[in-house]
Parts: sequence; C-alpha cells; structure tokens
Amino acid sequence: MSQQMSHKHVSTTEPAWVRFSLITLALAFMFLFLVLPLATVFAEALRKGFGAYVEALQEPDAWSAIYLTFITALIAVPLNLVFGVAAAWAIAKYEFRGKAFLTTLVDLPFSVSPVVAGLIYVLMFGAQGWIGPWLQAHDIKIVFAVPGIVLATVFVTFPFIARELIPLMQAQGSDEEQAAIVLGATGWQTFWRVTLPNIKWGLIYGVILCNARAMGEFGAVSVVSGHIRGQTNTMPLHVEILYNEYQSAAAFAVASLLALLALVTLVIKSVVEWRHEQAMKTVTEAPPERPEDSLNSSMASISQEVIQS
Amino acid sequence: MTALPNVAFTQRRAPARVLPGFNLTLGYTVLYLSLIVLIPLSALVFKTFTLTWDQFWAAVTGPRVMASYRLTFGASLIAALVNVVFGLLVAWVLVRYNFFGKKVVDALVDLPFALPTAVAGISLSALLAGNGWIGQYLEPLGIVLAFNPNGVVIALIFIGLPFVVRTVQPVLEDTEKELEEAASCLGATRWQTFTKVIFPSIAPALLTGFAMAFARAIGEYGSVIFIAGNMPMVSEITPLIIIGKLEQYDYAGATAVALVMLVISFMLLLVINALQAWQRRRTGASS
Repeated sequence: MSQQMSHKHVSTTEPAWVRFSLITLALAFMFLFLVLPLATVFAEALRKGFGAYVEALQEPDAWSAIYLTFITALIAVPLNLVFGVAAAWAIAKYEFRGKAFLTTLVDLPFSVSPVVAGLIYVLMFGAQGWIGPWLQAHDIKIVFAVPGIVLATVFVTFPFIARELIPLMQAQGSDEEQAAIVLGATGWQTFWRVTLPNIKWGLIYGVILCNARAMGEFGAVSVVSGHIRGQTNTMPLHVEILYNEYQSAAAFAVASLLALLALVTLVIKSVVEWRHEQAMKTVTEAPPERPEDSLNSSMASISQEVIQS
Repeated sequence: MTALPNVAFTQRRAPARVLPGFNLTLGYTVLYLSLIVLIPLSALVFKTFTLTWDQFWAAVTGPRVMASYRLTFGASLIAALVNVVFGLLVAWVLVRYNFFGKKVVDALVDLPFALPTAVAGISLSALLAGNGWIGQYLEPLGIVLAFNPNGVVIALIFIGLPFVVRTVQPVLEDTEKELEEAASCLGATRWQTFTKVIFPSIAPALLTGFAMAFARAIGEYGSVIFIAGNMPMVSEITPLIIIGKLEQYDYAGATAVALVMLVISFMLLLVINALQAWQRRRTGASS
C-alpha cells in the first residue's frame, strides 16, 4: 500500500474506480444531451420510410429553401472573409490607439441576441425605418426579401473569421512579412506568398464555422424574412413552417440535411485542428524569433519559404 | 556620433512603417464595422428616443415582460451552472483520461455550435415530448420536461455546453503536473490536491466559460421556442416578447425591450473581456 502511494502514477491520477465513474458519467451526459438529439433528427426523418423522406426533400418549396440558404452563405461568407483578413491584418500587424476597443467591437455581434440582430435591420430598412420611405419610393426591397436575409446573416456571422485570425496572426508576428518587404516584395506579393500560407488553417477553420452558422441561422433571419414560402424561406425557416403545420416527418427531413451539414462541419473542423497542431509543432520547434534581431532570422525564414515553395 | 541614435530610431520605428496596408485594412475594417454593426445598432438606440421615459418604462416593465425576464435569466443561470459542472467533468475526462472513442467525443462537444438552433429545438422537443424516446419513460413518473420552463433550461444546457468545455480544456492541459506531484508528496489526498491546487488554477477559465454560456443563453431563440410551449407569463422568453411585439406592429415597444437586452449583453461582453484578461494574467504569472 505505502509502496504504491510513493509510485509516481498514483500521485497525479485518481483510483481506477473514480476514473471509471467519471468517464461513465461524462459519456452518459454527452449521450443524453448530444447523441440522442442528433439521432432523433434522423429517426424522425425516416419515420415514414425512405420514400417519404426523399419525397419531402423533392418538394419545390424545400428546393427553393435549400437554394436560398446556399445563396445566402455564398454571399455572407466571402464578405466576412475579406473583412476578417483586413481586420486581422490591421489589428495584429500594427499598434494604434483604440485597438483593444476595436477588437471588442468586432466581437460585439456574438453577444447580441439574434432577434435583436434581425430587429435592427427592420428599424433601418423597414417601412417605418430610417431609410425605408426612400427605399419604397425607389422600389427597393431589403426587409422581408433576400437582401435583408443576407444582411442579418452577415451580422450574426460577422466575427467568426476575424476572431480566428487575430490571435493567430498576433502569435506569428510580422518578421516574415517585414523581411519580404525588405527583399523587395510588394504588399500583395507579401500577403499572398508569406502571410496566406501561414494563416491557411486558421482561415479554413473560420470559414467552415462561419458557413455552418450562416446556413443554420434562425432567429435573426426569422425577423427579417417575412416567411414567404418558396421566396424568402431559408432551410431553418422551412423546418419551422413544416413543424408548425404538423408535417413532422417533412420538417425532420429538411432538418436532417442541416444535421448532416453540422456533422460534415465537425469532421472538417477536427481535420483542420489536427493539421494546425502539426503546423504549430514545427513552428514551436524552431527557435523563437525576436524583433530586435529580425533581419537575420527573417532572411533565414524567407529563404526557407522559397525552398519550400 | 550621429549614426548610433539613427540606427536605434529606425529599428524602433520599423515595425510600424515597413509593412504596407495599414490605412487600407484599418479603413476597410472601420467602414465595414460601421455599415454592418454600428449604424444599425445605433438605429435601435435612436428609435428608442422616440418614446417618452414613461412609455419606455411601461414597455420594458409590463407584467408579461417582467415574467419573461425572470424566465430568461433564471433558466440561463440554471443552465450555465449545470454547464459549469458537466462542462468541467467533460473537459477533465477528455484531458486526463484515455478511453475508446475519445477523439469522436472531443469532436462531438462542438455539435451545439455546428447544429442549427432550429434543428436542436425540434429534436429536443421530439425527444422529450410524451411520445418521445426519453419523454415516454418520464411522463408516467410525472416528470414533464417539454413545453414548459424545464424545456427552456434543457435547450439552454445544450446550447451552452461547448463554451465551458472549450474554455476549461486548454487551461487544464497547461496545468503543471509537478505541482500535483509536490502536493501529493507533501501528504495531500487527491481530493485536496484537486480543490487546493488544480481548481484555483482553472477557476478563472471556469468563470469565463460560465459567463459565455450565460450570455449566449440570454439571447438564445431558435432552440428554445420549439420546446418552451410559449405560454404568456409562464414559458415566454424575452426574445419571443420582442417578436410578439413586432408581429403586432408595436415597433417602439419591441425596440425598447431590445435595447434592454442589448445593454445587458454589452455589459456581459465587458465582464467576459475582463475575465479573459484576468485569466491571461493568471496563466501568464504561473508559467
């Protein structure tokens, strides 16, 4: 007994029965709260058989909802991608007054309720809103139409890519970029050849999370959509309509597509995390660089870049 | 004589000057932020100014609205506390132990981030309804978890879980085994080591995760409305009050309640930022 106590393993872990109970409890919780809801989606979708499942997905309203969801994500994600890269470049590569405040503002949409996010666009562009009357006079529809849905989606997915890139680019510093500039590269060349390869994994990570949220957003889109079937319904809104009409199997059929999207997102995310860890390992194995002796080390790293590419 | 300060000067200024694109990227960031976030949010504030103080106060303190605050904050608090306990448990098990399927479990933690909230809402209510997989066993026992405030808590637990796990996990990975070995050598039991050595080092992360889960829960809409039952005064959350007022074309009333929520979420954001700064200082000091 006392011999065991002095053994190194006993000092930093728990007895086997404690380990076993903790693992069991954690897995039971995960099973009840995560696995069962996910399984329910597919079970309910296939409740009336595979034929009914396929039929529910072939409905024209379902198709137009799928189409609108893809269009929305196709506009919102690139917009936030460009913003995310620009914001991360400005915040990570330079020192300026109000930087911490700007970073907080970038995070702001995460803490705003989706319903409030939708409401602010109704207040801006709605019939009673700030520029609503002018829009009406020029026959431009934003709220209760596709542009409103895109705007609300852009708002709720606003920080995703920026907040992945800012800490990553801050950690990487700007030695390599400075060396590239000193060696005569233009700003764009530096970005494409030096910065982009370094932030590649963080960028993909941010994009897939942004995309998952853009395709799945419900609250904000619900406020600005107007719920016109076949016209302003995204997939989550179509799920709601079917569910409220007691077409449970059809609702879960559309929901199962969104659940598949979530699963694909999780798989890509895990792969990207693994690749990123590998990349970070090779970075941390190299000796740390300091801004003071920047020229030598960044010359070395730029020549490494050249050799690698 | 003149060369020396010159070299020092250029070296110190170099990081700010050499890289191009400062004006372009900062300008674009501020412009895009203003167009998408700041101007629309200010529309909310200005719209509220069209109300008199009495109208505003009546809109944000009506009995139905007050009942919704109690539900939203109460359920969010319970859900965030449950998440602290089980989030810590899941993070602990994932970091400290090895078991079959660990990678899959780790990836699954993020499911609430990836699964659209409406899907979560309908599947949780199908699961817990009287004829659902779980509900059919609980109903004979007199336990009803769907279409009442219990359902709100369950949906919010689902939504908030990854926040606690993902803030605690990296801190737990970084804790130093040497401290635990030292505690054990000095005669501490494993439980004493946990409460006196490990817990203090992860407490800031746990608190941050709690605040993030709580903040998310307060604004949550999609997953809750399907399972809440949405009875006025009983199971109506505050975001639903805003939707209800909008559907009655009570834009001013909806805006007033939305402003209250916005102010609360902004304060929570500042609290979370302060907590994260505290956490960084703690981990920075210990390593």
